[in-house]
Amino acid sequence: MMKLTRVAVALAAGLAVSVPALAQDLTGTLKKIKETGAITIGHRESSIPFSYLDDKQQPIGYAMDLCMKIVDAVKADLKMPNLKVNLQPVTSANRIPLMQNGTIDLECGSTTNSVERQKQVSFGPTYFVINVTGAVKKNSGIKSLADLNGKTISTTAGTTSVPLLKKFEKTAHVDVKEIYGKDHAESFLLLSQDRAAAFIMDDILLAGQIANSGNPGDYMIIPESLRQEPYSMMLRKDDPQFKALVDKAIAAVYKSGEIDKIYAKWFMSPIPPKGVNMNFPATPAIKEAFANPNDKGVQ
Amino acid sequence: MAYNFDWGVFFQELPGGEAEYWQILLDGVGWTLAVSALAWIIALAVGSIVGTIRTTDHPWLVRLGNAWVELFRNVPLIVQLFLWYFVVPEVIPPLKRWVVASDPSTVQFLMAVVGLGLFTSARVAEQVRAGIQSLPRGQRFAAMAVGLDTVQTYRHVLLPMAFRIVIPPLTSETMNLIKNSSVALTIGLAELTFRAREMGEYTFHFFEAFTAATLIYVAISMTANRVMAFVEKKVAVPGYIAGGGK
Repeated sequence: MMKLTRVAVALAAGLAVSVPALAQDLTGTLKKIKETGAITIGHRESSIPFSYLDDKQQPIGYAMDLCMKIVDAVKADLKMPNLKVNLQPVTSANRIPLMQNGTIDLECGSTTNSVERQKQVSFGPTYFVINVTGAVKKNSGIKSLADLNGKTISTTAGTTSVPLLKKFEKTAHVDVKEIYGKDHAESFLLLSQDRAAAFIMDDILLAGQIANSGNPGDYMIIPESLRQEPYSMMLRKDDPQFKALVDKAIAAVYKSGEIDKIYAKWFMSPIPPKGVNMNFPATPAIKEAFANPNDKGVQ
Repeated sequence: MAYNFDWGVFFQELPGGEAEYWQILLDGVGWTLAVSALAWIIALAVGSIVGTIRTTDHPWLVRLGNAWVELFRNVPLIVQLFLWYFVVPEVIPPLKRWVVASDPSTVQFLMAVVGLGLFTSARVAEQVRAGIQSLPRGQRFAAMAVGLDTVQTYRHVLLPMAFRIVIPPLTSETMNLIKNSSVALTIGLAELTFRAREMGEYTFHFFEAFTAATLIYVAISMTANRVMAFVEKKVAVPGYIAGGGK
């Protein structure tokens, strides 16, 4: 029975890609969108510059721009120029359940695409690649991850950085004390108050915290990497029609070179609300993701 | 709904492999119980004193008690914990030095106990005050008439009866305290809810993790409820108004 279902799903996937979807053949998310006349996008509130609220409390960001490309593709494919776009704030804790129970159709934030998570949800093409590393105060004298031996380190509870840190401790024979913040701002606060010697997190999020702090010149990001992780938009699992549409829409943005403009807008220019410039040029891994769109998750 | 329930997830190993998920949940239960127990002791001790002084006839004691209750009752618990953990050490340099030098989990634990204990003390104080004021005024006058001073009046006449009356609301408060201890996750204390969220984040099996947490909270709260009911029955005075349910 399981096998039959899988064959059916595979067949459906094949059909969806090869044949333009007719209204009556719609399945999954696209069917839901057609029936309700609306698509609901889950966004974050403080994942700068991916998905966050501006001074008018509107969600904006790099991931939001890319998701709007998907919305445009949905409008064109379903011939629904008046498609309504609902915006639903999500947190790292509720994004998966809200996706699974159908509250949101697409999540546009700073979600790591991992093999483990792919058992529960599906992902679009990678749109960013981060390095997990540490931010330290320049005057601390810490230059590498190995210098952290014997120090207290802050990280954000529930993120993938926590197990990475544990693994690093084991393999590098480094002994550190961990201290958890409930969000990135709190973890950074622990660093700025000298209660932690380093804040271990995704490099781009560290850059965002540093750029928004009172004195960005006091901090530096350690040029090492515990691991690379791909960021991607999240969609429901086993939804081949919508997945194909997302992949196609994003691949088109990458291929046309439009992605360079969108990237420059969010990572190389001043962004709202404070006019801070992230100054984060695309790394080779990010360029590779644009050149060869893929949805490979990290182990 | 496309959710694949997998109850075997509790026996999976965490990334890093130092424990299985049920073990970290159990570890979280330990912190939840420890924080709740110590905070409850603080809440009961401080709340009893504050509640009692609010019924005395010393105006400045009453004002002090009122100020205490309004301060701790009107500020959200999550804000209070943030203040205790992040702000108070910044304005007290010796405390800051101790915080930096100590193990982070010890600091989180103590700050959570103090924050939760004082927050709950305001609520206990209200109940103790209400309990004392619910007694007929004749009780106090009779005590004075037989020559007891203020302390003796409270110790031997008013408080023994007032405490019996407020056992049911105190039971609710105890159960609230246990559930409120989950707010300690906001200062990074790895208690039960923290661990359930952590498990959800790693496995994306949020429903299983929170189902377990829910059942554990219900079990702990029900146990507290039964213990308090037992106490209520044990201390009941036959024929008295708060004689306890049969």
